[in-house]
Amino acid sequence: MDLLTLLQILDSTMRLATPLLLACLAGLFSERAGIFDIGLEGKMLAAAFLSAAVAYTSGSVWIGLLAGIAASLVLSGIHGLASITFRGNQLISGVAINFLAAGLTVVIAQSWFAQGGRTPQLSGAARFNPITLPFADSLRDVPVLGPIYYELISGHTILVYVALLCVPATWWILYRTRFGLRLRAVGENPAAVDTAGVSVVGLRFAAVGICGVLCGIAGAYLATALQAGFVKDMSAGRGYIALAALIFAKWRPWYALYATLLFGFLQALALRPDLIEAVLSFKVNGQLLDVLPYILTVIILAGFVGKAIPPRAGGEPYVKER
Amino acid sequence: MTDMAPAIELKGISKAFGPVQANKDISIRVMPGTVHGIIGENGAGKSTLMSILFGFYKADAGEIFIGGQKTSIPDSQAAIAAGIGMVFQHFKLVENFTVLENVILGAEDSALLKPSLNRARKELKALADEYGLNVEVDALIQDIGVGMQQRVEILKALYRKADILILDEPTGVLTPAEADQLFRILERLKAEGKTIILITHKLREIMDTTDTVSVMRRGEMTATVKTSETSPQELAELMVGRKVLLQVDKAPAQPGANILEVKNLNVTDDKGVHRVKDVSFNVAAGEILGIAGVAGNGQSELLEVLGGYEKATGTILVNGLELDLTGAKSDGQSRRKRGIAHVPEDRQREGLIMDYSAWENTAFGYHHDEKYQRSSLFMDNNAIRQDTIEKMERFDVRPPDPKLASKNFSGGNQQKIVLAREIERNPDLLLIGQPTRGVDIGAIEFIHQQIVALRDQGKAILLVSVELEEILSLSDRVAVMFDGKIMGERLPSETNEQELGLLMAGITEMPDKPIVEAIEENLAHAGTGKELH
Repeated sequence: MDLLTLLQILDSTMRLATPLLLACLAGLFSERAGIFDIGLEGKMLAAAFLSAAVAYTSGSVWIGLLAGIAASLVLSGIHGLASITFRGNQLISGVAINFLAAGLTVVIAQSWFAQGGRTPQLSGAARFNPITLPFADSLRDVPVLGPIYYELISGHTILVYVALLCVPATWWILYRTRFGLRLRAVGENPAAVDTAGVSVVGLRFAAVGICGVLCGIAGAYLATALQAGFVKDMSAGRGYIALAALIFAKWRPWYALYATLLFGFLQALALRPDLIEAVLSFKVNGQLLDVLPYILTVIILAGFVGKAIPPRAGGEPYVKER
Repeated sequence: MTDMAPAIELKGISKAFGPVQANKDISIRVMPGTVHGIIGENGAGKSTLMSILFGFYKADAGEIFIGGQKTSIPDSQAAIAAGIGMVFQHFKLVENFTVLENVILGAEDSALLKPSLNRARKELKALADEYGLNVEVDALIQDIGVGMQQRVEILKALYRKADILILDEPTGVLTPAEADQLFRILERLKAEGKTIILITHKLREIMDTTDTVSVMRRGEMTATVKTSETSPQELAELMVGRKVLLQVDKAPAQPGANILEVKNLNVTDDKGVHRVKDVSFNVAAGEILGIAGVAGNGQSELLEVLGGYEKATGTILVNGLELDLTGAKSDGQSRRKRGIAHVPEDRQREGLIMDYSAWENTAFGYHHDEKYQRSSLFMDNNAIRQDTIEKMERFDVRPPDPKLASKNFSGGNQQKIVLAREIERNPDLLLIGQPTRGVDIGAIEFIHQQIVALRDQGKAILLVSVELEEILSLSDRVAVMFDGKIMGERLPSETNEQELGLLMAGITEMPDKPIVEAIEENLAHAGTGKELH
C-alpha cells in the first residue's frame, strides 16, 4: 500500500468521523450535565432532513444548516421538557425522539417533494463544498508533507474543520470556565449545585441546548456535505455509535476525538474491500466489513474499555430531598 | 446584648406537605454570637424549618427577619446573600472535584475559573489560620475522610461570607474525637461573632455546646429555654411529650454457655477488598456483645456473613455446630433454621420491602412456617394477617394496620415490625445492626427494653451500632472494630467514650503527632483495601 492510498483512507476517515465526533461531543455536553441522551440519532436524522429540504428550497446551504440546527433544537427541547421539567425517564424520551424522527422525516419528505421519502439532489451553493486551504496546490509536490497537506488536511468541507475545532473548545469550556465547572458538577451531584444557589434546571437546559446545536450540525453535515441530499434513515446508527464512542472516551473531549477517529477509520475501511484484500491477500466478505464498526460498538459496550465511570447523577431527574 | 437585633427571627412559620403539617406556627429568636440548639425527634420538623430558612422550601405562612431586617428567602441564592450558610447532614459535595473546586462552585468571581481558584486558595489559607480549619485544598473529596469533608462544607459557607451557620446533625458520621474537634471549631466561630444553629437529636451535644435550645415536637415548637437552666431529662420529656427512661434499666448479665463462636474469620468482598481480617470472638447465652466502630470498618460484612448472604473463610460455630460459610447452606433460610435471627442494619433495603404491606413483610423469611400454610399449594393469608395484628399489638406498632404499606410507617415503627418478626421466632442468637438508626426516642426506649428482655431469656445477642452511647448502655461486653480487625474488648463499666473512640480510629497507643491528625489519617485509610503504614 503506497502513501497515496493510505492518505486516501485517512482522508475518508476524517470525513466519516466528523458526524460521529459532532454527535459524540453533543452527547458529552448532555451527559456531563446528567441528562442521558439516546436521541442523538433522531436529532441528527431530523436535522439532516430539514437542512437538505431547506437548502434545496432556498438554494443556500447556510440557511439549510440553520434549519437543521433548529430541527435538532426542537427535539432537544422536547427531551429537556420530558426529562428535566417533568422528570420523566430519559431513555424513554430519547427512544421516542428516535421513533418520531425516523417516521416524520420520511412522511414529510414524501408530501413535500414526492420523491419516495427523499429530498432532491443538492448541488452548487445548496451543498457544503470542499475548500482548498492556502498553498495546498503549490505545496502539492513537496515530498511526503505535500501530499499529506493536500490530500489529508486540505480539501474538506468547512464543517470538518468546525468539528475538529469543537474538541479543544469543548475541553476549554468544561475545564477552564465557570459554566464548565457548574455543568460537570450538575452531572455529578445536582444537590451541590442547587445548595450553592445555582439553577439545576437552567444548567441542564443549557447543556441539552448545546447538544441540540451540535447534533444539528452533525445532521446537516450528513445531508449537505457528506452526501448530496436526504435519504430515509441516512443517520444509519451513527447516533448510537457516537454514544458508544462517548463511553469509550470516558466522557472526555480529546478521547472523544480519538474514539470517533477509530470508528471513522473502520467505516472508511469498509468502503475499500479491494485494499483489504490486497493487504490480507484473501477476500473478506464485504458485509463483514460493514458490520465491523457495529461489532466494535458491541464489544466496547460490553465493557472491554476498562473502568469507564459515567457522571454519577446521569439519568436521574433531580428532586430536592426533604 | 438586649438592645441588639436578633441574628435570626422567625415569626409564625407554617409549612405543610400535602396533609402533613411539617411546621406549625413556629417562632424563634436567635441572638448573634450564640449557639442555638434545635432538638426534636425524627420527623419533628427541624430539618424542614431549616430548609425554609435556607430557601429550599417556601413557607406557607410566616416571616423571616435577618439582623432585624424582614427578608424574603425564595431560594438558596437569597439565603447565601443574607449571610446564611448550611452544612447538611448529607454533604453536598462533588466527589470527584477538588476541595478548591467545591468551595468556589456557585461563588465564582468571573466566567473564567483561574482568578477564582487563585483567590480561593489564598482565602482558604487565611480561614485555616483564623479558625483552625485545615484542609488539603487540592485533594479530591472522594479521597478525604468525612471529618475533613465536613470542614470543606463549613469552609464553603465561610467563603460565602456567612455570619449564620446552620449545622444539621453534624456528628452523625464523626468519631467522638472528631466531634470534639468540630465543637472546638464552632467555639472559635462563635468567639468571632458568628451565629450557629445546631440541629441534633443528641441530648448530650445540646447540653455541652449550646447557649439556648428550642425543642420541637410534631411540627410545633414546644419550648425555648436557656441550656444552663434545663436538664437532659427535661428536654427528653419536652421532645417526646411524656416521661422517658434515658438509661437502659438492666440487671447484670448471667452468661451461660457459648452460643456463637467465631474463629479466624476473613471476608474479602467482590471488589477484592479484604473487609474482615482474622476476627475471633464469642457470644454466650444471656449476654449482649456490642461491636463498636465507625461505619465501613467490617461490621456490616460480619453481620452479612452471620446472616448468610456474604461468603467468608474461617470457622463459625453456633451451639457447637459449624456453619456453612461458602456452600449451599450459606443462605438466610439455612441460618434461620439454625436459630439465628437477623435484624439488618439497613431495614429499608434488607429488612423490609417498602412497597409491601406490614403483613407481607411479617411473613418474609418465615413464609414456609407451618402455621402460614393452608394447603401444600396455598398460603393462609388470613393467618398471617391475624398473626401480624397480634405482633403489632405486642410491639406497640402504630398505626396497628397490617394492610398499610411498610414505607408509610415511621422509622421506629418499621424497626418494630422487623424486630417483631425476628424476636417472636424465639431464636438462640439475635444479630442486630443499628437497632435505633432513624428511630425516635420513645421507640428507642422500647426497642432497648426488648433487646434486654431477650437477653434475660438466655439468648445470645450480637449488637452492631455506630452509636457509642447505645453500645455502652446496652452491651455486657464491647468489642471495637477498625479496618476489619477487632482492636480490643472492654467491659462497659471499665471504659469510656474517649477510650473507645481512639480504638475506633485504630489508635492503641499515643501517637507522636496531634491525635486528631492521626485519627483522620487512619480513618481515611480504613476500608480502602490498602495496608496501613
